[in-house]
Amino acid sequence: MGRKLLLEKAHVEGIRHYDVYRREGGYRSVEKALKTMSPDQVTEEVKKSGLRGRGGAGFPAGMKWSFLAKPEGVPRYLVVNADESEPGTFKDRYLMEFIPHLLIEGMICASYALGSNRSYIYIRGEYWWVKEILEQAIQEARNAGMLGKNILGSGFDCDIFVHPGAGAYICGEETALLESLEGKRGNPRLKPPFPAVKGLWGCPTVVNNVETISAVVPIVNDGGDEYAKLGTGKSTGTKLISACGNINKPGVYEIEMNISVEEFIYSDEYCGGIANGKRLKACIPGGSSVPILPANLLLKTAKGDARMMTYESLSDGGFATGTMMGSGGFIVMDEDQCVVKHTYTLARFYRHESCGQCSPCREGTGWMEKILLNIENGKGKMSDIDLLWDIQRKIEGNTICPLGDAAAWPVAAAIRHFRDEFEWHVTNPSDALSRNYGLANYAKPLEVVTTA
Amino acid sequence: MKFSDDKLKQVDELVAHYPEGKQKSALIPLLHFVQKENGGWLSTEAMDYAAELLAITPIEVYEVATFYSMFNLQPVGKTIFEVCQTGPCMLNGSDGIVAYIYEKLGIRPGETTADGLFTLKTAECLGACGYAPMMQIGPSYREKLTKEKVDALIEEGRKKLN
Repeated sequence: MGRKLLLEKAHVEGIRHYDVYRREGGYRSVEKALKTMSPDQVTEEVKKSGLRGRGGAGFPAGMKWSFLAKPEGVPRYLVVNADESEPGTFKDRYLMEFIPHLLIEGMICASYALGSNRSYIYIRGEYWWVKEILEQAIQEARNAGMLGKNILGSGFDCDIFVHPGAGAYICGEETALLESLEGKRGNPRLKPPFPAVKGLWGCPTVVNNVETISAVVPIVNDGGDEYAKLGTGKSTGTKLISACGNINKPGVYEIEMNISVEEFIYSDEYCGGIANGKRLKACIPGGSSVPILPANLLLKTAKGDARMMTYESLSDGGFATGTMMGSGGFIVMDEDQCVVKHTYTLARFYRHESCGQCSPCREGTGWMEKILLNIENGKGKMSDIDLLWDIQRKIEGNTICPLGDAAAWPVAAAIRHFRDEFEWHVTNPSDALSRNYGLANYAKPLEVVTTA
Repeated sequence: MKFSDDKLKQVDELVAHYPEGKQKSALIPLLHFVQKENGGWLSTEAMDYAAELLAITPIEVYEVATFYSMFNLQPVGKTIFEVCQTGPCMLNGSDGIVAYIYEKLGIRPGETTADGLFTLKTAECLGACGYAPMMQIGPSYREKLTKEKVDALIEEGRKKLN
């Protein structure tokens, strides 16, 4: 069983409340940071830890912090991204719901490092009850003197506020999130300037994911070097994986990044295998935006190595034969699922969530949805598959924010790996309405081509 | 629309979360509050009142209200079933839940029952993928739905008639 750094205490009775959390060793990192470390030392530990952004992009958190501009007399802000909306992802909700003080503790340390006296949690509006849990925990922290003026006599002031969104996936993109926090539509901004220079209300701002900021707690407590000992290579520490789809034990698992994908799916400690005794067909391991892989490429890389639950191994082979860790939203599909239909629901999702600023995304997502629905309903033509490919190529890389790429990649990967299934829908329209294509060869071991 | 002193105090509390002069940032939290006080939807009058409370122009409010899916711009039923239909929920039978609600209440997504009690909407990913199929009802989630659970939710909604 791997080590748990974030969720170890999540199920201690009453851990949602300050007294219990404190008794279990909570807020030690705040004492350590504020009483014995300088802000730069905290940043240094985060750099040493190798912690990578847990929202999806995987950018080194310490480096992001060190980009923060520090002009005299201008406030700086920490904003926590709790807009969790990537299909398949529900890990931040779990963390905030069960152990809200961990996030608050991490935020105080991070705010101290960054010099933010007023920090925000931007939470998706649908998580209304989680917002209430957080607000209660923040009030408890205030009452205990962990937030407010001159925290623990250090001279550092900090308060935290929770800001609800109102239903828009795009607000998980950091500049759209800032627009939304300013009371506007969630239209992503042109970059540069990056938020580290001009963010919230034009001030230098760091936006980090819930899990990233929570990981600052063990990093401050044990040191960045200790944290970096966990995991594999550049995938240091632990990662929360939210597993869903056709598995026996859907839920949120904290894994040390040194186990194989196969172990994660089939071990009783994690997903517990495919539900109803069925076989694995495909999986999207990092949230809906990352490429879908058929079972054979999921469990083994094209080189024939076991695929591991690390940033590097999941992306081994690039988009041709690999995928991405993304947000850790692990969507498993059994042999009876239809890849065309699943891809259609994702295309519909991205059409619904496109903010409409950039025409390739605004128009392209609608086209992809319509074409996929036609194919799914047995009304597609062979040329539609090429048209779909062409549209996704024209969206990718041609938009202000990554939503365009996020919409293009699932369609591209579905065609790349499941073209047979798309073609079957076109050539067997009546069958396509009454049954699914099935497992076909998608779980068949691939021949490993070795070069001399 | 006009808030009592007590409600105005709650509005001040929302605005106090942001620095002086940045009161527009309170717009989304305020619209949630106004919507709740206005029977679950935002009329033009309600949006204009929100603009007045924050000393911003009405167009700034309309821009925002039309962008976010949680704001209703038309009257809605007393109970709104918002059934998630994105990938992971679809894999676990969300289509069947939408069909079952139609069978029981005769409403399709976007429709409200004649008695004004129920509105059915489909929603895109609500972040409950591991507990699919699911729906949102107001501020709460109902997860791992079955036909029996939907029956119970309909019963619950009918009680709101009285």
